[in-house]
Amino acid sequence: MSTTTGKAAESAKVQAGPGTAKSPAAGPKGSRMRGKPRLGVQNMAGWLFSTPFLVLFLVFMAVPIIATLVMSFTDFGLRNVTHPLDANFIGFENYTKLFSDEKFLKSLFNTAYFVVIGVPLTIFLGLLVAVLLNNGIDRARTFFRVGFYAPVVTTIVAVAVVWRFVLDPSDGLVAGLFSEVGLTAPDFLGSETLAMPSMIAMAVWRNVGTVMVLFIAGLQAIPTEVREAARLDGAGVWQEFKGITVPLLRPTMLYATVITTIGYLNVFEEPFVMTQGGPSDSTLTVSLNMYREGFNFFHMGYASAMAYVLFVVIMGITVLQLRLLKDNTK
Amino acid sequence: MSATNAPGAVSTAPSKKPGNAERKDRARQPRSLKRIAVYVLLSLGLLIMSAPFLWMALSAFKTSSELTASPPVWIPTEWTLENFRDLLDKLDLPLYFMNSVIVAVLVTVSNLVFCSMLGYALAKLRFAGRNKIFGLVLGALMVPGNLMLLPLFVLMSKLQLIDSYAGLVLPFAAGAFGVFLMRQFMQSIPDELLEAARMDGAGEWYIFWRIVMPLVKPALATLSIFTFLGSWNNFVWPLIATNDPDKYTLPVALATFATDPNKAGGSNGMLMAGSFLIVLPVLVVFIALQRHFTQGIATAGMK
Repeated sequence: MSTTTGKAAESAKVQAGPGTAKSPAAGPKGSRMRGKPRLGVQNMAGWLFSTPFLVLFLVFMAVPIIATLVMSFTDFGLRNVTHPLDANFIGFENYTKLFSDEKFLKSLFNTAYFVVIGVPLTIFLGLLVAVLLNNGIDRARTFFRVGFYAPVVTTIVAVAVVWRFVLDPSDGLVAGLFSEVGLTAPDFLGSETLAMPSMIAMAVWRNVGTVMVLFIAGLQAIPTEVREAARLDGAGVWQEFKGITVPLLRPTMLYATVITTIGYLNVFEEPFVMTQGGPSDSTLTVSLNMYREGFNFFHMGYASAMAYVLFVVIMGITVLQLRLLKDNTK
Repeated sequence: MSATNAPGAVSTAPSKKPGNAERKDRARQPRSLKRIAVYVLLSLGLLIMSAPFLWMALSAFKTSSELTASPPVWIPTEWTLENFRDLLDKLDLPLYFMNSVIVAVLVTVSNLVFCSMLGYALAKLRFAGRNKIFGLVLGALMVPGNLMLLPLFVLMSKLQLIDSYAGLVLPFAAGAFGVFLMRQFMQSIPDELLEAARMDGAGEWYIFWRIVMPLVKPALATLSIFTFLGSWNNFVWPLIATNDPDKYTLPVALATFATDPNKAGGSNGMLMAGSFLIVLPVLVVFIALQRHFTQGIATAGMK
């Protein structure tokens, strides 16, 4: 498999080659005096090249982001989907209501639970696999890498459906393993205490590959000379890992932690498909809660406030992580 | 690269604390043992990673009695296509498949064009506001999609684009990730090359299409794969932006089917068949193009 893709990549490069060599030569031959007034031209061109993106960005991102903020201070409801301007300003009412809303607090707690357990597990396992692949193995490396990365690319809805079945207490895969050793499997997704850990297990399974690839890239960027120098100085395996690998991997660690955390804070599909937030809201996450309030009950003003609380939390945690992990390097 | 430096081995054999003296033997004697341990660990991990896929594939071909057997049947004794047939009777999968393909193709093409254009401007053109636009792109990378869903739904309702391809495509027509990726790649093109073309009187549009784009074909391949797949797997927005089942994409159709409280039990086989049909093409494409995937992730993560 790897040889065929290798060839494909190669031929892509080869194709790019001649195109390059030809194009400048094939370009229209103008006078050589044209170099000077280019700055104005580039200014124009720069803006023309930026316009399509900027228009799309403005209409489908910037305006909605601001609109969410505005909506969060209103009683925006179903009626206002057709008459947005009729919504009433109610100040901070949505926000104050949020923090006495037990359902919301529970969803906040559930999301925190998911992140606090899920992120370290994902990062640790991703690093472990990357290190094993990068150092302990010279055969079948691609094979393993592909295997560990495969869950990342699959459709999360389909995968969540599969996991629901895998965890089925009577006829699922895990139930089968339990009965092989003479035990009865618990009802993972039907239990208030086990539903969330099951979901975390699935998320870790799905995201380990991303983190692994990042770490492999990070490990390969460490110059071999640095390691060799350390070894000449008498550093042992563990010292080398602690003294060289970990510090030099810090930027990768930072990036991997931040993107995993952001992803997990937004967790939605897993509970939507696997448990619909149950049992008794034990897997209701902030995103799922927001979706329900917004699109099932059409409390859109209230849901907007939720979206902003989540956004502020995400920004806060990201900034904190950037600070903490950067300071450690010094 | 070599198998000698061994932080990997630390985790498998932490009892070994090699001092200076033994360092030479360490390279020789326990290496094969360590290596076996590493292979065993990785194989175990790989088994866990692939188990849900195997379970899905096997279950899709089980008969209904085998599907509900407790304890479960591992491998179907008589392979059947019943689940696929039942599923196709209940769900118009070819229609959802086409919807997913149309949306993903449109999203991919528009991303390739628009993200490359801005990527080129940011990498190679000097213009007032360039840094501000780049800051905007970086900022956009960090904003969670959830923040836009509600007004986007209102906007699309107003524009009467709910249940339309345009409604599904437009919010994803140009992503910040694509701009970032293209800019990274285009920065490595030597300025002299573009300068030479400018000297010869080539316009920026010509340079962009005829010189820059052919040079960044590998990046374009990476971006197409990621964008196509992102769209193929996208769930939240298609869920919100479609009410008419005729406009459902594959994931929305499957999820609607899977979470429908009105259907009785015994449809697990159909769900496995449906998941199999959605996941299989993605896995095949991924395995065929895996190099581009891992490179793309790595490139985006490095800087």
